Amino acid sequence: MNPVIEVTALHKTYGTGETEVHALRGVDLTVWSGEYLAIMGASGSGKSTLLNVLGCLDVPTRGTYKLDGIDVGDLNERQLSLVRNRKIGFVFQSYNLVPRTSALSNVELPLIYAGVGRRERRKRAVAALEMVGLADRSGHKPNQLSGGQQQRVALARALVTGPAMVLADEPTGNLDSESTDEVLAVFDRLNRIGRTIVMITHEDHVAGRAARTVRVSDGQIVEDTSRWHRTGALT
Amino acid sequence: MAQDGSPDVKTGEVLRFALRGLAANKLRSGLTTLGIMIGVAAVILLVAVGSGASASIEQSIAGLGTNVLTVSRAGGQGSTARPLTVEDAKALVDPLGAPDVKASSPVVSTPVTAVSGGTSYDVPQLIGTNPEYFSTSNSAVASGSLFTADDVSFGRKVLVLGPTTAQELFAGADPVGEQVLLDNIQFTVIGVLQSKGSSGLANADDTAIAPLTAVQNSLTGYGQVNQILVQSTSADSMSAAQAEITAILSARHRIAANQTPDFRVLSQEQLLATRTTATETFTVLLASVAAISLLVGGIGVTNIMLVTVTERIREIGIRKAIGATRGVILGQFLTEATLLSLFGGALGVAAGVVGSQFTIAGITPVVVPGSIFLAFGVSALIGLFFGSYPAGRAASLRPIEALRHD
Ligand SMILES: Nc1ncnc2c1ncn2[C@@H]1O[C@H](COP(=O)(O)OP(=O)(O)O)[C@@H](O)[C@H]1O
Ligand SMILES: [Mg+2]
Repeated sequence: MNPVIEVTALHKTYGTGETEVHALRGVDLTVWSGEYLAIMGASGSGKSTLLNVLGCLDVPTRGTYKLDGIDVGDLNERQLSLVRNRKIGFVFQSYNLVPRTSALSNVELPLIYAGVGRRERRKRAVAALEMVGLADRSGHKPNQLSGGQQQRVALARALVTGPAMVLADEPTGNLDSESTDEVLAVFDRLNRIGRTIVMITHEDHVAGRAARTVRVSDGQIVEDTSRWHRTGALT
Repeated sequence: MAQDGSPDVKTGEVLRFALRGLAANKLRSGLTTLGIMIGVAAVILLVAVGSGASASIEQSIAGLGTNVLTVSRAGGQGSTARPLTVEDAKALVDPLGAPDVKASSPVVSTPVTAVSGGTSYDVPQLIGTNPEYFSTSNSAVASGSLFTADDVSFGRKVLVLGPTTAQELFAGADPVGEQVLLDNIQFTVIGVLQSKGSSGLANADDTAIAPLTAVQNSLTGYGQVNQILVQSTSADSMSAAQAEITAILSARHRIAANQTPDFRVLSQEQLLATRTTATETFTVLLASVAAISLLVGGIGVTNIMLVTVTERIREIGIRKAIGATRGVILGQFLTEATLLSLFGGALGVAAGVVGSQFTIAGITPVVVPGSIFLAFGVSALIGLFFGSYPAGRAASLRPIEALRHD
């Protein structure tokens, strides 16, 4: 089995001179296909910075990141867009739906950028909304949906292209316990059908759903625990 | 539109993104469109007014009559300069010295206030002259009669009205035989001229013509005349007549061979040439004002695109995070800017052409087709050119930079 994510000696520095912040100080991490990984750590420890690099939303200052065996550092702007579109589904704490645009259109958006035809697109977007239990809300604009519903639309958008991995930065951070359970249930289902999931969370009961927990402190991974050996290939 | 970065995103989708973006802020899109529209309409309209003005000047000079030479004073000659006089005009009718001159009419002109009954009207020019003036200036009578050499010798206070003046004073009633007070001097209307057609800047129909002696006696005094209108015997003898006039007047005004004369003899073509130069300057001036307003409209588009882009940086971040390429984002915003400009440009063409159907400040605008294509083309280019900077900026952002923006 191949690693989906393989990062070595990852460094990320923000700013220069006096305002310099070392957000990542040499992170090594391997994530295998089909894993469900929770990243925990204090606020400001560098979790989001790491996930943004993994999601190709940001570039590291130093170190290498191999995604499905491809060194992301070698990719050009256009190839990076393709990777974001096809291989990664990213879920944000603040939902980040396109405003004034219906749930269905939001979910269709990645498929438009993938060049999928209209009919096929509609079919797949509806299916994704069904999977998150929001088929009946497809015409609603983001401001007509609750936080939990918005996050599930965002989740549908992340999984509609069928990405190998879903990255989520505190996806339940803004949600009440009921919505949290609904969203986590979707992640569980995704993981069961073989998708790799990397999720940042503050809450132990959320992290409890994941098979493996990585703890970040001050820009470094300080703990990496597995509840059970799904692949038996952990370091 | 084959986006360099993303050949697989369909043009229709980019267009739909752009339309949705514009619809999201209708007021702002509307105001930007208005800016471009005004710019384009101004270019078309002002160029039309400029060309209408030159057309009307050509027409009015052509309406002056055929084979006509105009003698007028050349300004700024100091104390040695002599005014043109009635005697100068008479001296030009000389079968020996000026065989090519057919007729010569001294002309005095002055604005007057005409009163008839309860109606008062400011006539821009009352002309005092002799009967030859009518044939020289191509003026035919519509009703009543013209005055005669007799009327001039006796200084009879009779008056021939231009059709515009007649209409203003008598509102359709027959003025022949009626009394008119010109600056409180009583004149009798004996005739009304046929219309020469309204010709813009100077309306040849807005006039009143009376015997020279009557006008001098009661209104202007017996000094100089404003100009002398001379008709040559034929079109071919124009330059000969011009030379004869120059010779006679130079002798009378004692102008030495090496001196510049204190008068000027111009044919219609020469008059036309000087006036045309003036209106060309006028047109260029109007066109530059219009061009500036188009530029301001373009800056409006840039400004709006900058605001739109800044306001939607988060949205751009979202789109890039889910796989939008630089090309697609660029395409969306460029399309928005171009649509605004094209739409505004089309409305501006419509407004400019419609506006040109009306008479503006006495000028009938003549739409120049070139100005339509130019204004429309420029407005489309403005969209592309001024839209590309903000769009390019937006498209080059890294997703996380855009997402962190607030
Ligand atoms: N854009 C940025 N510019 C400067 N410093 C940043 C930026 N983003 C994050 N940081 C800093 O980097 C460190 C790690 O941030 P982050 O990865 O967001 O932490 P976490 O998600 O674990 O709370 C923090 O000290 C934060 O202040
Ligand atoms: Mg964070």
